[in-house]
Amino acid sequence: MHVFVKLFAQYREGRFKTEERTYKEGICAQEIIEELELEKVSPLGVLMVNSRHEKPSYTLQEGDIIALFPKVGGG
Amino acid sequence: MADLVYRVNMSNLSFKIEEVPAQWLGLGGRALTSTIVAKEVDPECHPLGPNNKLVFAPGLLSGTSASNSGRNSCGAKSPLTGGIKESNVGGTSAGIMSKLGVKALIIEGAPKNENVFYQLHVTKNHIEFIEVPELVGLDNYAVLEAMAAKYDKKVAVMTIGRVGEMRMNLANISVKDPGGKLRSHGRGGLGAVMGSKQIKCITVDAESYKEVTIADPEKFKEASKVFTKALQENPISGEGLPAFGTNVLVNILNEAGGLPTRNFRAGNWEFAENICGETMAENIKARGGKTTHGCHAGCVIQCSQVYNDKDGNYLTSGFEYETIWALGANFGIQDLDLIAKIDALMDDLGIDSIEASVTLGLAVDAGILAYGDGEKAYELLSKDLPNGTPMGRIIGSGTHILGKIYGLVRVPTVKGQGIPAYEPRAVKGQGITYATSTMGADHTSGYAVATNILNSGGYVDPLKKEGQVELARNLQIATAAVDSTGMCIFVAFPALDDPKCLPALVDMINARFGCSLSIDDVVNLGKTILKTEHEFNIKAGLNSADDRLPEFMKYEILPPHNVVWDFTGEEIDAFWNF
Repeated sequence: MHVFVKLFAQYREGRFKTEERTYKEGICAQEIIEELELEKVSPLGVLMVNSRHEKPSYTLQEGDIIALFPKVGGG
Repeated sequence: MADLVYRVNMSNLSFKIEEVPAQWLGLGGRALTSTIVAKEVDPECHPLGPNNKLVFAPGLLSGTSASNSGRNSCGAKSPLTGGIKESNVGGTSAGIMSKLGVKALIIEGAPKNENVFYQLHVTKNHIEFIEVPELVGLDNYAVLEAMAAKYDKKVAVMTIGRVGEMRMNLANISVKDPGGKLRSHGRGGLGAVMGSKQIKCITVDAESYKEVTIADPEKFKEASKVFTKALQENPISGEGLPAFGTNVLVNILNEAGGLPTRNFRAGNWEFAENICGETMAENIKARGGKTTHGCHAGCVIQCSQVYNDKDGNYLTSGFEYETIWALGANFGIQDLDLIAKIDALMDDLGIDSIEASVTLGLAVDAGILAYGDGEKAYELLSKDLPNGTPMGRIIGSGTHILGKIYGLVRVPTVKGQGIPAYEPRAVKGQGITYATSTMGADHTSGYAVATNILNSGGYVDPLKKEGQVELARNLQIATAAVDSTGMCIFVAFPALDDPKCLPALVDMINARFGCSLSIDDVVNLGKTILKTEHEFNIKAGLNSADDRLPEFMKYEILPPHNVVWDFTGEEIDAFWNF
């Protein structure tokens, strides 16, 4: 199935901003985080799927847009 | 040596140096400005009349070696909101005032002769009143230059530009930072209050000060180490903010559907990537400049930056998310360099970059200029506004008044103050802060975005009502306390997630003054401040009907989540049950 993966802040370095990627059915967000070795860069801050906050255990569906951010802040 | 209160009367150009009353001894920053304004200012007074007072007070830890303690508070009755105002700033003024032993500077009265502007020069136990006809009609950087030529280069400077002289609601009070650039007491039109006192600038002597006294230096050093470590080890204050600045928020708010776009018509913007923090950091890397820069001495977070143009020439610094959002998604400029150019102009003019930019967003609906027409915006701000043309004065009045003049309904204000950067319908905890804050729509007064969007201090679903009132209440109480210490609000990120951070902060206060406050005492201080401010506002005529978001948010459905503002008045009013 196809999933759109968006990366932000430090996670982009040496990776990509947005990519349409192919995964097996039933994959969860945590597996994508591990595949991309994101937490070697910085701990996961925020995970959104289709603009809603989700947990790493979320099971992805065809066409989902997953957005991954390290801990960021401002104000 | 004990700190003292410096009191200035502009009606007869006199000053008094007073001992600090016992009940003010444990107060600093916002706690002190709000206490003084509430006690001494008639809530019914005209904000620009002789009975309003302008109060400056450095934080409790300002002037010490504590990291990030260089914030100075300024308070008055606000001409923008009609309520109490506290706006705090980095720069050098807090440290220098503290080291000179100035607990608070209270400015009252107004000169009889309306044609004269003054400089106040504050030295140890003395204030000099200097007529400055040569500075009238100049903007901030020219004033900084003149003061640098006159005094030691470290002299603290607080100044207003032409917009402040004309007492417009957009006017801020600008403060020199350690790099000779500007920081602002931004919101609420405090520059207009300074203009009404006919004070062009205030300088504070940086040559004859002494270091602040610390009651228990060993204990202070120890607590300070723990505190600094907490700031440096937190992934947000130690890593994210230095690398990308506050502008890292563009993408995350955009992704969450909470980035107000086209004057609050949508929660995301198709061009966010053009103006986001990641793009800004890439530009800085490619063009020279600096991703890290502190707004005050002792800052270990360094969220500020130096942003250059394509040719490597300086464009701006202190380039913040809220300004970039307002000129970008909300007003429509897609070119980050043009946003930077307008940001620098606003610094020099001495105007609130949030209020001015939210006003521009509404000016599109008014038909004054087209969405995204940054060149025309630059012209309005650089020509009409500081020359006081009728159009300049309309813009200079801020979002709320512009809306009234043009008969508009989609006017994003609370208590007359423009709503910043976070869509209340899609970040509901922040909406509660905007509704209830004693300051009007002020994102810093209780930053529920942290817990609604950033997973800091836990998580409360931004699209649901549950838990938002309690979240906004707890954050506003904590923020009122932090605003009294002189600490930068970004210490909140480690404080929310690192159990060592807050106790270390309280330990530093205890070591500085030889007292024994508990965390509960500090929380209670926050509660007292909010209640004091709320009471002032009620006496000034602001009641629960003013603790409301603009009505259009109740019936205009906001994409992409298709949400409305759905809190009842009763639910909002429960905020004050503490």
